[in-house]
Amino acid sequence: MAAETLFGKIWESHRIRSLDDGRDLIFVDRHLLQETTSAAAFDGLVQDGRHVAAPELTFATQDHIVSTEPARSLASNPGGRELIDLMRRNAGNHGIAMFGLDDPRQGIVHVIGPELGLVMPGTVVACGDSHTSTAGGLGALGIGVGTSEVEHVLATQTLVLPRPRTLRMRFDGQPGNGVTAKDLVLHALGRFGIAIGTGHAIEYTGAAIRALPVEARLTICNMSIEFGGRLGLIAPDDATVAYVHDRPFAPTGRLWDQATAYWRTLRTDDEAVFDRELSLDVSKAAPQITWGTTQQDVIGVDQAIPDPATIADLAARQRMEAAIGYMGLTPGCPIEGLPVDVVFIGSCTNARLSDLEVAAAIARGRRVAPGLRALVVPGSSAVKREAEARGLDRIFAEAGFEWRSAGCSMCVSINEDIVPAGARCVATSNRNFENRQGPRSRTHLASPAMAVAAAVSGAIADVRRLA
Amino acid sequence: MKRAPFEVVSGPAAPLPHVNINTDAIIPAPYLRSASADLGAGLFARWRYDDAGRENPDFVLNRPPFRSARILLAGENFGCGSSREAAAWALVRFGIRCVFAPAFADIFYENAFRNGLLAALMPQESIDYAVACAETAQSEGHFTVNLAERALRCPDGRHLAFDVPAFRADALLRGDDDIAATLEYADEIATFRARDALIRPWIQTFGNLA
Ligand code: SF4
Repeated sequence: MAAETLFGKIWESHRIRSLDDGRDLIFVDRHLLQETTSAAAFDGLVQDGRHVAAPELTFATQDHIVSTEPARSLASNPGGRELIDLMRRNAGNHGIAMFGLDDPRQGIVHVIGPELGLVMPGTVVACGDSHTSTAGGLGALGIGVGTSEVEHVLATQTLVLPRPRTLRMRFDGQPGNGVTAKDLVLHALGRFGIAIGTGHAIEYTGAAIRALPVEARLTICNMSIEFGGRLGLIAPDDATVAYVHDRPFAPTGRLWDQATAYWRTLRTDDEAVFDRELSLDVSKAAPQITWGTTQQDVIGVDQAIPDPATIADLAARQRMEAAIGYMGLTPGCPIEGLPVDVVFIGSCTNARLSDLEVAAAIARGRRVAPGLRALVVPGSSAVKREAEARGLDRIFAEAGFEWRSAGCSMCVSINEDIVPAGARCVATSNRNFENRQGPRSRTHLASPAMAVAAAVSGAIADVRRLA
Repeated sequence: MKRAPFEVVSGPAAPLPHVNINTDAIIPAPYLRSASADLGAGLFARWRYDDAGRENPDFVLNRPPFRSARILLAGENFGCGSSREAAAWALVRFGIRCVFAPAFADIFYENAFRNGLLAALMPQESIDYAVACAETAQSEGHFTVNLAERALRCPDGRHLAFDVPAFRADALLRGDDDIAATLEYADEIATFRARDALIRPWIQTFGNLA
């Protein structure tokens, strides 16, 4: 058999047929739904007299618009009620399991997928949300789709897709002190840009990736979409298998043995050829922070805001000037020391238990700077319970952080968690676009450790000085 | 659902030639809070309106000929970021039927065609030419998109070539229903599932529930 990439193996095992137009019809193992991108899909389905093809492979949650008030109820955030009710009604009408507001399994869809064992190595996971790529951290193909495609998966349990080209991104070297998975992926975005992955499936490899614990791999793959890639993945290994073991929906007994034997075949063959190869040495990278309004606008925390005057290309210079203007920055000034108004620790990128543990370790015994609002929003209700069992909530509360309920919160600011106009926020989420966290909000993306450093310093700060 | 077939589109072309216009900019999050929001009004809302909700007179879609734009001329990597299909819906509700750009983000590209919105690839030089033409054209200076010919006719009579994969163009011209097309393969999908249940039995049987 010809040498094959990890991506190719999983794709082929799900290819039902190739269509005349060159696209492939792909089987979807797990279809995950969230409340803001599914209502219209159910409407379309019902209007055309169709039904859900595989409700037993379909799971729904509520995460985007839910209130994250500490003692929330259905009455919190009335503005979100319509979509929350529609999700519940649609799931009920179509026999779909739903982990809603009051369910212990509720959480951000990309956090609960792996957590519940719905996402497993070698699976194809579809969800009406671009960060479905997170699933790649377990060696799955996580495919983010629009609402029409949600309807297509509901009706057929398949997707029709052009086969992506393959891109291997190798991370060499050992990351330095204070440099986490988030810093690695931001560093790569700075180097390769936000369009490098368009049309590609990205496989992340190299010593720095292999050494990452599973939750950190989820962080890396989460941001595949930030490269423009529709999916990204990391080959499963012993750590992956151990992670999936005993998850609520994971196989048991004989099925578990069969599954693990299969998962061990899921790796890129030595001779396999990628359409594109990239590599970067991460050993010299400092903790990263974005300064601008796309994720490629990123520097080490010890660096200065770039100066547009040094950019020869006119269009590029104007873009940089616009970003610096929007963000209220001074070219050439160190980014460290820039005063911060809000710190957001949360999102499907960085709100798993390990993220909160890192954050709590730095927050312990320190205080959030006066006048600064700092939120910790667990990625799921399970993460919240486990963090509380370990006493992390008390550490955060004593340090002056708000300890909130699970949801997307200030990552997308579609509920009531909004950064005030003109305010500067250090966020552990994945998008620093203009107005993303609220009108005229200014977002700096960073790791949970760097976010805590900013919260206790009242300004962008190098976490290595706090350790 | 079967869509209305794509006809020849003619009208003003609005120039918005920035690179990396993301879907958060195309339709901001507040317009996603309800299943019945006025998405046409929300198109590019943060650029179109000030904080008090008044129109920003400088923004292209608030200027006379472009208020009724049917065509958008954009920069590279249009539609990046969030998968929100409301970005395509907002463009369509506003009245835009074609977006021209040197490159599109993957999910937006798919969403566009699924809503009868033509996302056409056009080299940067041609975009630049069309933008200049749009800026100087009078209000009656219409652009015309001929999908079958893969040509954008500028008000000065010049034809600019664009690219769309044949299967996407055909589907637009016919108004195809993608789901109906896939359901033609229902038997093959069932066969696949039956075979896969033997190869990967843990996928369709949940261990703890079996
Ligand atoms: S946390 Fe942010 S990126 Fe993740 S699913 Fe929610 S809104 Fe999307």
